[in-house]
Amino acid sequence: MTESGRGLRLRGITKRFGSLVANDGIDLDIVPGEIHCLLGENGAGKSTLMNVLYGLLQPDEGEITVDGRPQVSRSPKEAIAAGIGMVHQHFMLVDVFTVAENLALGGGSRGLLDMRRARRTVRELSDRYRLDVDPDALVEDLPVGVQQRVEILKALAEEATYLIFDEPTAVLTPQEIDELIAVMRSLRDEGHAIVFITHKLREVRAIADRITVIRRGRVVGTASPSDPESRLAELMVGRAVNLVVDKQPARLSAEPRLVLEGLSVASPNGTLAVHELDLAVAGGEIVCVAGVQGNGQTELAEALLGTTPVAAGRVLLDGRPLPLGSPREVIRAGMGFVPEDRQTDGFVGSFSVAENLVLNQADERPYASGVALDLAGIRRNAEERVREFDIRTQSVDTPVGSLSGGNQQKVVLARELSRPLSALVASQPTRGVDVGAIEFLHRRLVAERDRGTAVLIVSTELDEVAALADRVAVMYRGRVVGVVPPTTSREVLGLMMAGVPVAEALAGAAATTQAEEDAALTPGGEVAGHGEDPAPPAPSEEVR
Amino acid sequence: MSTAVPTPQTSGPDPSGPGTTAPPPASAGPAERSRPGRRVPWTEVVTTLAAFVLAFVVGAVLMVVSDSQVRSTFTYFFARPSDALTASWDKVGGAYAALVRGAVGGYGPITATTNQAAPLICAGLGVGLAFRAGLFNIGAQGQAILGAVVAGYLGFAVHLPPGVHLVVAVLGGLVGGGLWGGLVGWLKARAGAHEVIVTIMLNYIAAGLLAYLLTTTAFRRPGRTDPISPVVDWNATFPRLQGGQLHLGFGLALLAAVGVWWLLDRSTTGFAIRAVGANPHAAATAGMSVARTTIITMVLAGGLAGLAGVQAALGPSASGVPVPLSAGIVGSVGFDAITVALLGRSRPLGIVLAGLLFGALHAGGLAMQSVAQTPLTLTTALQALIVLFVAAPALVARLLPFLRGRRLRPVGPAAEGGLT
Repeated sequence: MTESGRGLRLRGITKRFGSLVANDGIDLDIVPGEIHCLLGENGAGKSTLMNVLYGLLQPDEGEITVDGRPQVSRSPKEAIAAGIGMVHQHFMLVDVFTVAENLALGGGSRGLLDMRRARRTVRELSDRYRLDVDPDALVEDLPVGVQQRVEILKALAEEATYLIFDEPTAVLTPQEIDELIAVMRSLRDEGHAIVFITHKLREVRAIADRITVIRRGRVVGTASPSDPESRLAELMVGRAVNLVVDKQPARLSAEPRLVLEGLSVASPNGTLAVHELDLAVAGGEIVCVAGVQGNGQTELAEALLGTTPVAAGRVLLDGRPLPLGSPREVIRAGMGFVPEDRQTDGFVGSFSVAENLVLNQADERPYASGVALDLAGIRRNAEERVREFDIRTQSVDTPVGSLSGGNQQKVVLARELSRPLSALVASQPTRGVDVGAIEFLHRRLVAERDRGTAVLIVSTELDEVAALADRVAVMYRGRVVGVVPPTTSREVLGLMMAGVPVAEALAGAAATTQAEEDAALTPGGEVAGHGEDPAPPAPSEEVR
Repeated sequence: MSTAVPTPQTSGPDPSGPGTTAPPPASAGPAERSRPGRRVPWTEVVTTLAAFVLAFVVGAVLMVVSDSQVRSTFTYFFARPSDALTASWDKVGGAYAALVRGAVGGYGPITATTNQAAPLICAGLGVGLAFRAGLFNIGAQGQAILGAVVAGYLGFAVHLPPGVHLVVAVLGGLVGGGLWGGLVGWLKARAGAHEVIVTIMLNYIAAGLLAYLLTTTAFRRPGRTDPISPVVDWNATFPRLQGGQLHLGFGLALLAAVGVWWLLDRSTTGFAIRAVGANPHAAATAGMSVARTTIITMVLAGGLAGLAGVQAALGPSASGVPVPLSAGIVGSVGFDAITVALLGRSRPLGIVLAGLLFGALHAGGLAMQSVAQTPLTLTTALQALIVLFVAAPALVARLLPFLRGRRLRPVGPAAEGGLT
């Protein structure tokens, strides 16, 4: 595929940050009409490479050529002029503007706003690539998947030939991912070159024409989409990875340890984000709350910790009502919490590893005596946790903000698991975490379950749900649509996540085998059939 | 302003770094035994020194340009350049020599420096502590005024035995400033009022309150019609060392700095203050009360700024007795404190050093005015230039390119590269 001329070629790209080599002599060929997957763990240097390509960073060595001509991009503007477009992971859109207005923001129009042309561009491109975007819709009203298509539109409007997708699927539902894949295919067939950055193996195999694997700043190999996931994972991590979590059957406690009774949580705009939710989690089991982002899971988890006020209902922990509304009291009562957005809620980036490991117990023994911090105690704890959780850090004094995503999450989990827990609520425990760390985090979560803790995991990743859950509660618009066993097929789960009750979901999913159907129908099926009152009252019994 | 808030040492963005490449459990080796945050921030030291140099260079240019005699020698610069150069050198050298002599040239000048520095350090700590909690305390001025009002009133209106009187007056000033600051914290925590707006408005209210009080019989000196209070009792005056202006207030300022250091680095309260300042969401999720921490911080910050007012009200002036309360009793200490905190990077040691520097500029400026006939306003310009250069490290790097090698990218895409 290396016919000289056509395409974007990177040769020997090296980028250093101080003593750290983020990219080390990387060669890459990006050819129109191809989807090129860049696979690598977090921190492998994928985003650095793409920032070099997009003109946000200057390479220390190496050269980039476009159709044979050398290309030096000192800013994104120059990269855009060379036909390179970026679909950012965090959308660069103005929420209160319409789609067309967002498009008009980008280059092209100097001085004068030509709204009519912007609107026409949206319509033309939207039709051509079947993006289905209304030019006059306000961005903030659009679902995440459509917002992403607006980002794609922006790049297309600037006549980008080379489209870089930076972890585009992180925020999407399974159905939206399918739609995105279709869009990417049609872009490819129209002659665009697509760079797809990800660390999700399933997606890579579904869509890639070519796969380049990057590890520690170097290209460690290329792979074909037909290679098994285990080989891709091995290339990525550098060792054999166990993608399946070893799990003994759950040994449940006699009484449920974490019980939610008629819990309602209001969202900031006044509507009910969680609607009279009933759920019971026994000690020694993992219940996964599956659902598309934004169906109340976030509010549910935050209400359990107490950072979001509860509108009605109560929560019992080991039979005692939990003092909702006071995170401090909830933590003291034996609740562990892994927040969904660890960058924001999980740790203080400028604090050291040692400080973050005691963030919610710094005023208690053995980390403090009276009002004075016990620095020796904090340090001792940190050294133990770093060893126990294999946190890769230069020292316990390193700011957590400079660690990789996986190690940051290990710090958060280590903090929560370092005290005796009755229940653990973990939101998206492996989001943005690399394969090697996911394996470790999953093992620790299962180990905590086996210690008899009631574990509630909120996840939008169906792989994770399938790997960890003893039972799956599917949430839609603040209600539990149904509680099903983890063996339930992806199709059924996907339909339930769109609000279809269990029975209909099973009927709708043609691919479902009879056996799975039987298994899935047992729990909660009939209750969910009512539609209005889907939460099974005592769900823990069916599994036993 | 964000430079004043402590940021993690930008030792380069670390995309993969220790995360994936470090050999397994790389816990603290012997080399990294240093305690948290004990590293010398070389980048900041270099930037700050460079800012000084640049400020003094610009200051020299200002002096040359503003002196008509020196300027006239430049009219025949190409005929006889030596005249212009000699005149400039004499002007600049003379002024800076006077400045240095007035600030550190002997016992008298040094004590004048400490006298000027003490309130700056106290108020700077008040601003810096609030910065660490993520609060922009623009209200040190008002808090200092309240501290001065209460301390001054207790100083002249009540009569107590030696020792007791001083303690009562100082504590009164601390409480006055603390309440004025605490009000801000309470409004922010309970009503969501933005502390910048509230503190600025409270500055006006404090100044107005002082002006009003000086018209009342309780505050006005008997037999006077102009707004000036009686002189503070000798028992309530800070004791000073013979022959200079070094008084107990400077000791209190240093003590306050040590106290703030202990609070921030060694206490659970300080842990919460730093956590709330660096990431209020994570702090709340970890069970800390952001509202409570905000109120505590503002009470303490107000108390520290109040201590600056106490210094103004109870500290002996050059004549040996404290200056009586009047409309300008605290000068502009509350605003200078912001620049002190900024220059000191909101760290207690930094604030002490920055306070001493500004104190020296104040003290030396007076000498420069009388000895070298250079207006006092030049020192104000120097202060402003130093802060300007410190606040704009990119500008320093551009003006002094040889520093760029050791300077690190402050912000920007490089940081994003670390997010991979």
